[in-house]
Amino acid sequence: MEAREYVWKGAIPLQIQLHESEVTALPPPPPLLILAPRIGYLPLLIPRVKPHFGGALPPGADTVWFDYNGLPLKWFIPTGVLFDLLCPEPKRPWNLTVHFRGYPSNILVPCEGEDGVKWSFINSLKEAAYIINGNCKNVMNMSQSDQSELWQSVMNGDLEAYQQVSLKLKFGVLEDEYIVKKNSISLRSKESSADTDMAGQAKTGRIPVRLYVCGATEDFDELEDAPEIDNWDKISYINRPVEVHKEEGKYFTLGDAVKALLPAIFTDKSFIDEDVSKTEVEDDKNAPCVSQGDNQDVSGSAEDRTEKNCEAVEPLFSSNTAELKLLRIHGIEPQLEIPFSWVVNNLMHPEHFLHICVFLKVARANHR
Amino acid sequence: MSGVAGDGTLAPSDFRVAAVAFAERWKSAVSALPPWSWIPRPKHPWLSNEVDGYLALENACLLGSSEENRVGCCGGSEEPNCSGDDEPVDDATLVQSSRDDVHYYDFHIIYDSSYRVPVLYFRAYCGDGRTLLLNEFEGDLPADSSEALVKSKWTFITQEEHPYLNRPWYKLHPCGTSECIKLLFQSDALIRTTSGAAELYLLSWFSVVGRMVGLGIPYEMMKCENNT
Repeated sequence: MEAREYVWKGAIPLQIQLHESEVTALPPPPPLLILAPRIGYLPLLIPRVKPHFGGALPPGADTVWFDYNGLPLKWFIPTGVLFDLLCPEPKRPWNLTVHFRGYPSNILVPCEGEDGVKWSFINSLKEAAYIINGNCKNVMNMSQSDQSELWQSVMNGDLEAYQQVSLKLKFGVLEDEYIVKKNSISLRSKESSADTDMAGQAKTGRIPVRLYVCGATEDFDELEDAPEIDNWDKISYINRPVEVHKEEGKYFTLGDAVKALLPAIFTDKSFIDEDVSKTEVEDDKNAPCVSQGDNQDVSGSAEDRTEKNCEAVEPLFSSNTAELKLLRIHGIEPQLEIPFSWVVNNLMHPEHFLHICVFLKVARANHR
Repeated sequence: MSGVAGDGTLAPSDFRVAAVAFAERWKSAVSALPPWSWIPRPKHPWLSNEVDGYLALENACLLGSSEENRVGCCGGSEEPNCSGDDEPVDDATLVQSSRDDVHYYDFHIIYDSSYRVPVLYFRAYCGDGRTLLLNEFEGDLPADSSEALVKSKWTFITQEEHPYLNRPWYKLHPCGTSECIKLLFQSDALIRTTSGAAELYLLSWFSVVGRMVGLGIPYEMMKCENNT
């Protein structure tokens, strides 16, 4: 099976519970077990979720939203990305709570059903087209029927149908360095691509990337100890194209791409160890939080650990360095040496964006 | 690269300079509106910050669509005293008590790395701080904007997440911006390479985009442009 097929078939088992405040039936409805496509969006599940809980709801109009451990989930982020980001140690099933009332419209962009999701998708596709081709005429000039066919293919997870329609969009394709390398001994970037490129396709050097960065000041060796994200402000979201630079005889790797967005993460690792005041922390992860500037009186450990800090305060990071703990795309942890072109061509989402989740260990601010 | 590119985009490195110059010019030419100020983005040293902030004009209010000078500081024409950066809202509360229809607006100009153009984000709220939905403030918008809203519901003004504040704001979709600027600058290729081109870019951009939400560029501001 091709990598793209794996990506399109990827799904996350969800166990969805109705929020207790909305249960008006006895006994309360059992949780719903459902497979959610990774490339899909949570609101697209509503037609399957609603019938299950509909009978237990209080009277009123429905505005459906989901939360994980109390964190309202952004519906416009693909479900698989939400899972990778919020559940670094994958839990299966993933326990979500559904709400039909009380939409938190002050923090969550309202969703106008399937149409809203569709247009969020189309607008992203347009943005990607602009990044790749320098304009978005191909998406804007799409016929109604093509547009709806494309959207249907995404909703149904139908890769074949998707590929057929999206051919018409004539997206520029990043030359697959992996293939080129296989076929010819030397990297002849310009000539070799000329005949493989399809008519109308320009070679592209700008790649649409959405990067989600979760920085933790505490170290974690086990994924299950990764800090829980209870607030979207703890995630830095970077929406910036990656410029692919090619050097003769050298791949532009996934690592190069991440480094372009996060220049500080690959600097000398030992710097972190030296810079941080070394304080040992109790091994008990449930220990009460130590507020910032409140040093525990245990010192002398050479381990590169910092004390716990639960509050996300602004001047959290004083150092310019951070250590990459984990990078995840579609639930896998690709090696940083992989040619970026392969990653893009195989792991991008249907809207032509590559969504990358990274977890960093950052040095925390020095005590004042 | 400096100046305005031939394709109607603005280089990220030019955004801040252009923004600050625009704010200065606004302040000296426009007394009836709050000033624009540069908001530095909270620093995360491990992120590459090609643009490290955005431009904000807050607490502007619309005095009802029937009035001629629709946007203004709520102090009204008698007290066009908005130069005091300290809380121009204070006057507003006084006036507001006699008007229920006053809507306040916050405008942010944010650089979009994908489209390489500035984007206007805004939100509306009433005197008590309650955020207004599009259908509640639609009436404040100029007539042609209301029409465009009906015709292109999903591609003109959309509610999206504010890139810095992580909250839902309204946004004028940037997909047509570079095309539009290209047309504006097409007639004069020379102007793109002059030293003040980036500033002129923002002024030209705002003269088009601001109008869509009823924030026209005052004539004085353009006049300044000619004098320099």
